Amino acid sequence: MSAEMAIAVAILLPALGALLVALLGQSPNLRDCAMLSVATATFIVVCTLYPEVASGGRPTLHLLEVLPGLDLAFQIEPLGMLFSLVASGLWILTSLYAIGYMRGHHEENQTRFFAFFAVAISAALAAAFSGNMLTLFFSYEVLTLSTYPLVTHHRTPEALRAGRIYMGILLSTSIGLLLLGVLLTYHVAGTLSFIQGGILAGHATPLMTGILLFLYAYGTGKAALMPIHRWLPNAMVAPTPVSALLHAVAVVKTGVFTIVKVVVYIFGIDHLSSTGFHIYLAYIAGGTIVLSSLVAMQQDNLKARLAYSTISQLSYIVLGAALANAHGILGAGLHIAMHAFGKITLFFCAGAIMVALHKTEISDMRGIGRQMPFTMAAFIIGSLSIIGVPPLGGSWSKWYLALGAADTSHLLLVGVLMLSSLLNIAYLLPIPARAFFSKATSDDGHHGEGIHEAPLFCLIPLCLTALGCVLLFFFTDPIYQLLAPIVQP
Amino acid sequence: MSSHLPIVPIVLPMIAAPLCSLLRRPALIWPLTTGVGWLVFAACAALLMQVVESGPIVYTMANWDAPIGIEYRIDLLNAYILVLVSGIAAVVLLYAPQSAASELPQDRHHLFCAAFLLCLTGLLGITITGDAFNVYVFLEISSLASYALISVSRDPRALKAAYKYLIMGTIGATFILIAVGLMYMMTGTLNMADLAQRVKMVEDTRTILMAFAFLSIGIMLKIALFPMHAWLPNAYSYAPSLVTAFIAATSTKVSLYVFLRFVFTIFGAEYAFDTLGFNDVLLPLALLGIVVASAVAIYQTDLKRLLAYSSVAQIGYIVLGISMGTVTGLTAGLAHMFNHALMKGALFLAVGCIVLRLHSSRLEDMAGLGKRMPITSFAFVLGGLGLIGVPLTAGFISKWYLLLGTLELGWWPVTVLLLISSLLAVAYVWRFVEVAYFQPPPAEASSDEAPLSMQIPLWMLLATTLYFGLQTDVTAGLAQRAALWLLGGGQ
Repeated sequence: MSAEMAIAVAILLPALGALLVALLGQSPNLRDCAMLSVATATFIVVCTLYPEVASGGRPTLHLLEVLPGLDLAFQIEPLGMLFSLVASGLWILTSLYAIGYMRGHHEENQTRFFAFFAVAISAALAAAFSGNMLTLFFSYEVLTLSTYPLVTHHRTPEALRAGRIYMGILLSTSIGLLLLGVLLTYHVAGTLSFIQGGILAGHATPLMTGILLFLYAYGTGKAALMPIHRWLPNAMVAPTPVSALLHAVAVVKTGVFTIVKVVVYIFGIDHLSSTGFHIYLAYIAGGTIVLSSLVAMQQDNLKARLAYSTISQLSYIVLGAALANAHGILGAGLHIAMHAFGKITLFFCAGAIMVALHKTEISDMRGIGRQMPFTMAAFIIGSLSIIGVPPLGGSWSKWYLALGAADTSHLLLVGVLMLSSLLNIAYLLPIPARAFFSKATSDDGHHGEGIHEAPLFCLIPLCLTALGCVLLFFFTDPIYQLLAPIVQP
Repeated sequence: MSSHLPIVPIVLPMIAAPLCSLLRRPALIWPLTTGVGWLVFAACAALLMQVVESGPIVYTMANWDAPIGIEYRIDLLNAYILVLVSGIAAVVLLYAPQSAASELPQDRHHLFCAAFLLCLTGLLGITITGDAFNVYVFLEISSLASYALISVSRDPRALKAAYKYLIMGTIGATFILIAVGLMYMMTGTLNMADLAQRVKMVEDTRTILMAFAFLSIGIMLKIALFPMHAWLPNAYSYAPSLVTAFIAATSTKVSLYVFLRFVFTIFGAEYAFDTLGFNDVLLPLALLGIVVASAVAIYQTDLKRLLAYSSVAQIGYIVLGISMGTVTGLTAGLAHMFNHALMKGALFLAVGCIVLRLHSSRLEDMAGLGKRMPITSFAFVLGGLGLIGVPLTAGFISKWYLLLGTLELGWWPVTVLLLISSLLAVAYVWRFVEVAYFQPPPAEASSDEAPLSMQIPLWMLLATTLYFGLQTDVTAGLAQRAALWLLGGGQ
């Protein structure tokens, strides 16, 4: 299969999968098999692209010219390759998990759920592969619209309210700011292509560059920079697989991916760091990291706590991009993968607890470690990876981010990263500690003593992602080698 | 035959109209009307292709040369409008029989068809003719026919709405007539090409200034530019659905065409914009229209009325593009004329499907519609996304040019206002989404999709809006060529 074909197939497969899922809605087993095979096939197709990108190739696919000089075009570069591998790989595990979760939880309208889920993956892959800002913007909007039915899946007044906030923030930022940023970029630079070294240098004044930086940073609502982060905790009304794959990986990572990509290929690291505006964004990201960690500590609902943790971790990536130096960008890129594995593990665990024990509040989770030992062990691994403890993947990305922060000689930013690690410990580790070391409360005796894990469909994926966190520590080098070219001058 | 092609779009429906009123039998007249509609569309498409290939076509009526006889002159701009109007008519006619059976009195179908064909004749005539007085004649034909079309509805309020439209429309048409008269007085010609040359020689007279004033106000009434839009919401809300779809998509667009034709090719952009500063009048009205009408749309309880106010806002977008007076702005305006016609046409067709089943267009009756009519609801949402200007829909293309135009001119506040108005559009489209998908359907309601004969035309229009969201050679490409041509004074 030629690379061009592979790009088209990787984007179309999930979309066709959505159609297939919708058609097979009558027989759930067949439908779920179809979905799993589509997810696997998509991952394999994405993998076939890896060797070429790793050896320095940039597979390109021009679809059509939407506006004069503005194509709908895809070009795979290292960041997009990494993001697409993560998203499509985790989609397989999430599909497995979703089968167990949706059945175990007796959710309604599963067909609609799986269909829109596949559309969202298709949009995320299109975003990952996009070859210019227009294509990225298109994919970004499709992703917003296709996840709306997932967030509001339960159709309750609460879901309706959350859906309003979700659409309200994501659409108003993307239409109000991101579109303006894209247009201004086009107006100033005369192109929207992603080019190594940026397209703004020599076209935009420092002030214009600063304005554009903030239009992009706040236009990308999916990156959940404070104060436009509220949609993310609200989106947690969705079923857990959505929170796991979309609101810890695909959707939010599309947001931060957009910011990193824009910094590298639109602004250019050198041009951006010469203006000095990047450091303001770095401080905003630093503020978001600390503040949302503090908010996370107040949350008793497990998913809400994880959501605020995600907001904080997303800002690590924004911070890395805003540092506008090689270490920062590498750290940001690595963190896209590392955080994905850590956070999806935690969400899988949260969902498993919900399915097996019907518990959502952390204060109710005393002693559940004895009933769900595997789940809680995975939870510990995921937490440690998020905190950044070796030998887990998260430690590498934090290492590079801290290096990048040190390079800017803004030591306060290094301090923020260290403080945040402490805060991570404070809000994540008490959960497994309580689960293992506290006595169970007496009111849930109906589950009895002994092991009561979630269905295997739920348990296996979360063990695999936890294993992934460990493996990523030892096999970081290929990712590093993949990403290294984007920061070479 | 091909040399007589330019009169086919006029003569064919004009002959078919009285035939319809004589034949009377629905089984005969609907196929006849639909057939005529598609033939006219084919003729218009052929004309457009001919113009694109070999330049403007001039057709002299009965071989009487221009100053004495009437001349049809087809260039890129009006060929584009001809295809738009006849295309919408053809699609709406496919949809019409089923919708008319439920919304019109049984014994009036033949009269309805006759009025529809006359309206089509008028709209195409306005567009195709190269004679200023002829514009007025066709304007009256189409207007009178559309008053009839609106009032034929079973809803008694439609009569009042049509009456209001009649009053406002007649004032508008009379103003246009006065303007044409004044121009004739000064130049001694009614032929547009001659007018264009002779008006320039007398353009600093007060008479021509008055002509310009009468003309522009007359046309503003017809295009329902805020604050002269009062006739529009009622007319759109109470007319039968298929009439609303047809008129909303075509009538205001043709009036906009007349506006462009007179202002740019007869008076010239220089006279209108530089000498008179006419864009200083258009710009605030357009902006006010965009913001006020979008905001009013959010609070409507009736889906048709909501879309009607949205139309007033969208007309504001088009006029805003024109008022920029730049190639990008004019391209945006022209492209949006086309794109908005398709989107609004599709949306009103979707409403027609809903009305067919619910016998109501009130939002509160649409609870749970997403379950009861999943395909139609989805179609409406897709069309609504176009109004918002979401990427991959035609609406995005026009908005892109519009915003780019404001950036080129450095009109920052306008850029911001446009972006805000997109958000207002999100708010009014989402009203439907929340009612249709989040409120439970009433207990006795069953799933009841509209028939295929209505779904197919609806999806045909929707598919074109999605197609033109990606393939912009026909819309933006032609619009840009037409814009360049207009700014060059139509030479």
